[in-house]
Amino acid sequence: MSEREIMLKKLCSYDFVLVELNLYLDTHPTDTQAIEKLKSCEQSARALRDEFEEKYGPLSSVSMITNPYSWINSPWPWDGGEE
Amino acid sequence: MFVYEKKLQYPVKIKTPNAALAKIIISQYGGPDGELGASLRYLSQRYTMPYPELKAILTDVGTEELGHLEMIGTIVYQLTKGLTPEQIKAAGMDAYFVDHTAGIYPQAAGGMPYSAASMQVKGDAITDLHEDLAAEQKARSTYDNILRYADDPDVKDPIRFLREREIVHYQRFGEGLRLLTDKLDSKNFYAFNSSFDKNKIQPR
Repeated sequence: MSEREIMLKKLCSYDFVLVELNLYLDTHPTDTQAIEKLKSCEQSARALRDEFEEKYGPLSSVSMITNPYSWINSPWPWDGGEE
Repeated sequence: MFVYEKKLQYPVKIKTPNAALAKIIISQYGGPDGELGASLRYLSQRYTMPYPELKAILTDVGTEELGHLEMIGTIVYQLTKGLTPEQIKAAGMDAYFVDHTAGIYPQAAGGMPYSAASMQVKGDAITDLHEDLAAEQKARSTYDNILRYADDPDVKDPIRFLREREIVHYQRFGEGLRLLTDKLDSKNFYAFNSSFDKNKIQPR
């Protein structure tokens, strides 16, 4: 795995925890422990995302304004991080 | 609105193409119990859901299913990449190839194009949530069947991830149904449409 893939995989794991906790909180909105976990994971995910985007280009069209060239040319997910 | 994220929910990196597997996995792209139908079903049902928790579950699960659609598209794409027409034919995928070449088309494994006839939006929260619970189990069964044929760990790993998500979604929909029935009037227990008829229920 390339350095980019390792970093992206780590970011995907953080983002997955966010998806899972968010879904759990849809039906358990008062679970303070889960809310705390969501908050701390959100911080880690944001820091890692900033670092990744700085290094490898934007991950969403929201953050692409500063780097349109990289939005087009960074690897597309279905290409397995190869091209 | 929706914003695209240029990454998969879970990594897919298949080293060995296998058209025979692609031919069956395409069913989770556009088949009756596939991810496209799941997403479209939940994102369409959410408008008439009576409680904020239910609107949230359907929105969030429906959005996640779009990510799963992308994972399945990626799996089929990587399983057919670089194959010759002879290899495609030997794997029994020539009928698909003649219509779509190596493009990713939403269809069932048997060749039926995606049809909204395989899903329902009833505008009734009880009916819709029961359909959603069934849909998650149908998708889980399909993944179980795919796993009977898949022998490549590069394919099994993301398919197992997707199978697990069906189980989690089933749990969340179950909680949603419980939440709904708990809020129903005792005169309206499984009786009438809590999305549409709620203003017509006589006060006790």
